[in-house]
Amino acid sequence: MMRLSGFSILALAMLFLLGPFFIIAAAGLSAGDLLVFPPQGLSLRWFVAILDIERFRVSFLLSMELAIISTGLSLLMGVPAAYALARYDVPFREAMRTIITSPVIVPAIIAGLALLRYAVIPLGLPVISALILGHTALVAPYAVRVVSVSLTHLRVDVEEAAILLGATRSGAFFRIVLPNIKNGMMAAFILGFITSFNQVPVSLFLTGPGISTLPIDMLGAMEFVYDPSIAALSTLLALMTILIVLLAERLLGLSRYV
Amino acid sequence: MSESQFLDLRDITIAYGAQKAVENVSLSVAQGQLLALLGPSGCGKTTLMRAIAGLLPLTQGSMTLAGRDLTRVPANRREIGLVFQSYALFPHLSVFDNVAFGLKLRHLDKTEIEERSKVAIAMVGLTGFEHRLPRELSGGQQQRVALARSIVVRPRLLLLDEPLSNLDARLRLDMRSQLHRLHHDLGITMIYVTHDQAEALALADRIVVMRSGKIIQTGTPEDLYERPQTGFVARFMGFENVLRVTSSGLVSDEGSLPFATQSLQNIHALAWRPHHVQLGQGPFKSRILGASYQGDSIEYLLDTPAGHLKVQSPAASPRYQPAQEIAFDLPLTHAISLRED
Repeated sequence: MMRLSGFSILALAMLFLLGPFFIIAAAGLSAGDLLVFPPQGLSLRWFVAILDIERFRVSFLLSMELAIISTGLSLLMGVPAAYALARYDVPFREAMRTIITSPVIVPAIIAGLALLRYAVIPLGLPVISALILGHTALVAPYAVRVVSVSLTHLRVDVEEAAILLGATRSGAFFRIVLPNIKNGMMAAFILGFITSFNQVPVSLFLTGPGISTLPIDMLGAMEFVYDPSIAALSTLLALMTILIVLLAERLLGLSRYV
Repeated sequence: MSESQFLDLRDITIAYGAQKAVENVSLSVAQGQLLALLGPSGCGKTTLMRAIAGLLPLTQGSMTLAGRDLTRVPANRREIGLVFQSYALFPHLSVFDNVAFGLKLRHLDKTEIEERSKVAIAMVGLTGFEHRLPRELSGGQQQRVALARSIVVRPRLLLLDEPLSNLDARLRLDMRSQLHRLHHDLGITMIYVTHDQAEALALADRIVVMRSGKIIQTGTPEDLYERPQTGFVARFMGFENVLRVTSSGLVSDEGSLPFATQSLQNIHALAWRPHHVQLGQGPFKSRILGASYQGDSIEYLLDTPAGHLKVQSPAASPRYQPAQEIAFDLPLTHAISLRED
């Protein structure tokens, strides 16, 4: 009895979590012209069709660039920050940690609005810089957190050993610390990439005329187009994310870091 | 440079804020000597060792090594090796690359790096393990890699932080004799930090006993074992029965034994090893609290008017049972006299 009810709760949870994805995937596989569920017949025609839509191709590339650049930048800041927090007697260490990870707590829509109102408009930032800025700020907390986790696995005395063998502090960092947190950095990169790529609320405020990320473009398209192409595109993107996560879990053991 | 001052620590104090972990320590080590820093955990021995390595700044004092003032020299230029208690191997590098690490930093040519690393690996008996990663080695093997990695760069001074404490008992004995041999073969000056007096007695040329950040007694193993000067060192060296001398007799925190102390003026305390306490006859009364069989001897815990005393009797002598009343004697001929802690 217990086993059965445990299993049914699990099944319900899975249905709740994955149900929407299957509905969207099914709708995207429709042979008809309308976005409905259950689908009207089955075909891959909408999956083929979206590949031909120019504006999605442009915004897809922009989202890719944005995700790579902002995640790279966040690591460039996040790794030294995580290192300093882990190794040095930083004043107000816990407060610093909280501040650095706070963008995860602040609702993204508020962060986006604030960024627009108090940084982008007063400074007259170009749309692309604003997007990079916003996404970097959004992704940096993940970089700090994930890299911090892998730093805690590396004992301080390993660095001291390198120094006593003649290495400088920076030499010890590059020869000993970096190689040992490499996996953590990769994990942070993948998490950051996915976060940035799927980001809506912050981008919503920061995209401008003619420049739009893929999720924002899709949101816009849904207001005018009511065919299964959006569902097909969503399915492709979800599959891409799943693939990346599976690959990362396989290669790096991603779940150790989050 | 006189030989007795190869390493010279002068009036060293190391403080964390108001807390002094090491206080006014002066110490010198002769070239080629193995010095043991002995003391319970928290006595400042590891702090002092880390300061010698340059990993901690001195609050006060100075140090020279081979005539060179190291007080302000950074850790990476002191030519001092350290074998960490945790071994601290580089997890991503093979045994060979761990050992070769220091040589590569010195930009030696490739054949020399290879040659010297191989010799060092052979010296600790790990030939054939060059391509293993640290996590693929046992604790004892990791320990030996750490040792090889430290000696391959030929440090002027080698520090060892509780090197045997993470090994099991049999391996510990084995490793102890390997260390002894290495010290002998290389003639390297070593400071060995430990809380285990048996290790210190077996390995060291000289032992420095520390307590609460201060040096309490320095001497050869024989000096310390035969002639501890304070109750603290005496207990460390197996004189487990320490009693203070007063005009009314021998006193502990728990009580006192009547004892003719007129002849013992100027002596602060007396101490006896467990096997020097005589059981079965004597002027004092006690009760057996417990007995434990040790093979060739039996150890008794006595409840006396001056608290608990430890007694060791040969297994062949008459056995006593717990709760039995028994007389005992503390023969002055076997007592050592101690000054105040």
